[in-house]
Amino acid sequence: MGRITLDKVTKKFGEVEVIPPLDLTIEDGEFVVFVGPSGCGKSTLLRLIAGLEDVSSGHIQIDGRDATEVPPAKRGLAMVFQSYALYPHMSVRKNIAFPLRMAGLSKDEQDKRVSGAAEVLNLTAYLDRRPGQLSGGQRQRVAIGRAIVREPAAFLFDEPLSNLDAALRVGMRLEISELHKRLETTMIYVTHDQVEAMTMADKIVVLRAGNIEQVGSPLELYQSPRNTFVAGFIGSPRMNLIEGAEAAKHDATTIGIRPEHIAISPTEGTWQGKVGVSEHLGSDTFFHVTGTGLADAITVRAGGEVSLRYGDTIYLTPEEGKLHRFDAKGLRI
Amino acid sequence: MATQHSRAAARLMMAPAVILLLGWMLVPLILTLYFSFKRYLPLRGDSLGKGLDWVGFQNYARFVTSSSFWPSIQVTLIIVGGVLVVTVLLGTLLAVLLDQPMWGTGIVRILVISPFFVMPTVSGLVWKNMFMDSTNGLFAHLWRAFGAAPVDWVSQQSLFSIILIVSWEWLPFATLILLTAIQSLDSEQLEAAEMDGAPALKRFWFIVIPHLSRAITIVILIQTIFLLSIFAEIYVTTAGAFGTKTLTYLIFQRVLESQNVGLGSAGGVYAIILANIVAIFLMRIVGKNLDA
Repeated sequence: MGRITLDKVTKKFGEVEVIPPLDLTIEDGEFVVFVGPSGCGKSTLLRLIAGLEDVSSGHIQIDGRDATEVPPAKRGLAMVFQSYALYPHMSVRKNIAFPLRMAGLSKDEQDKRVSGAAEVLNLTAYLDRRPGQLSGGQRQRVAIGRAIVREPAAFLFDEPLSNLDAALRVGMRLEISELHKRLETTMIYVTHDQVEAMTMADKIVVLRAGNIEQVGSPLELYQSPRNTFVAGFIGSPRMNLIEGAEAAKHDATTIGIRPEHIAISPTEGTWQGKVGVSEHLGSDTFFHVTGTGLADAITVRAGGEVSLRYGDTIYLTPEEGKLHRFDAKGLRI
Repeated sequence: MATQHSRAAARLMMAPAVILLLGWMLVPLILTLYFSFKRYLPLRGDSLGKGLDWVGFQNYARFVTSSSFWPSIQVTLIIVGGVLVVTVLLGTLLAVLLDQPMWGTGIVRILVISPFFVMPTVSGLVWKNMFMDSTNGLFAHLWRAFGAAPVDWVSQQSLFSIILIVSWEWLPFATLILLTAIQSLDSEQLEAAEMDGAPALKRFWFIVIPHLSRAITIVILIQTIFLLSIFAEIYVTTAGAFGTKTLTYLIFQRVLESQNVGLGSAGGVYAIILANIVAIFLMRIVGKNLDA
């Protein structure tokens, strides 16, 4: 059970309002990702839910119970920190058992739960090592193990993969997703990486300056971003945002088109430009097209093997119906 | 090639310092060893010029069989141990307090460190005359204010008084080292422990103290080496009376008050051995801690 409701929650540090009044409901068993650029208040929001920071006003409910004034340990939430925050002087076994020991569980029960968690996370062989003797991915798993054994109502992850190298990050992403499928516990995950958000989330919460810009499933956010901020933030590479005369043709202040929704041709098309820098990824090639008169550069996706070179003329045609239109306030039309 | 050249150059440039330090240490050490095997009583007309008589291990035997020897060892250990306990406990406490955000942190920290800048002789005299004097001392006034009979600290509570003075001098050192250690603790660890259900005292015991253990060993190691040789505080307060004669003080008395250089030198060699035993013992603890 882990339904979390935020009701007009605000947070001020001195005079600075980091989180303006904010409402959010997280359903039981959901994998929710808070995503946004750094400094957008996503970590603060997570810490408010955890109880590590006190709210300035508003209420937090966990399982229908008002938890606003409840100390962190009593909220039934477990947190995985960015630095893992393992206890360096304790073995892996003692690290994982620490919350159980604090809860006063019997030695047998502790051992049972620790070995259970170790098995799930492939840590059995490392139980007697110290955190200092483990690799980054293993430390990450120990931190998750320490969270699992408490059987919490919800897991809170604070940018847990940002200290891992790219290959390991992909692996851990899968492991955490699998863990969520198996445990079916509510998970709240904070990241600045929209790829993590898109791949893992049931529901994404896009934040900017403490405000919720949009809440929705990854595909909803991808297909119908509510405003230009979400449009530019979700999707990789970024959506092309075009203002001016071309936008006016579509009765909008800004129009957006994703790189994957533009057809290219060396001979004919709607827009004409020159090929700038190109990025070859093998499966895809991204061209930065300049000189279109629409924006500084338009990014387009082409198939893996395209024989256009730097300086060649290129024609672009946006796919019908994939154009996003935004008004003067940046809101979707 | 470059590294070999620079290594040779580095050796050459370090040589003067190394030779100076070696000489500084070796000359007194060898002289002490030499005198310890000789009969050398300057007041009876012995002198280096006339040549000294070889007496074998007689000085060593006399030093340990003297009735003052074992009490002096005992007093040394009590003072060193007492000061260590007081400075480490209070130092940890002060470090935790100083780590809290508060108004005027900079000034408070300088005040806490200041006793370290007072010379031992001066602080011994200040404590003896300003605080512990049985007629004019502040403690005497305080005791009288509560209607109690003033205590003549230096003579009645002599060991306690010296431990108090020396602890006051060394508390800043312990506090400073422990404070920097506390500041290096990752705050996420404390938050993780808080989430794990550990209340403040348990967080202190399970997270902060283990984190401090290395700093505490270093404080103990460094202080022990300096505390074994405290002298000025005893000299200006009790002058070795009232059961405050440490090994260092006994050696001083043998050489300068009894004018028996040979006997004092033998005591000096014992002190060297004692200090080395302590050092080896502590090095091993530190080594073990550094492995972790």
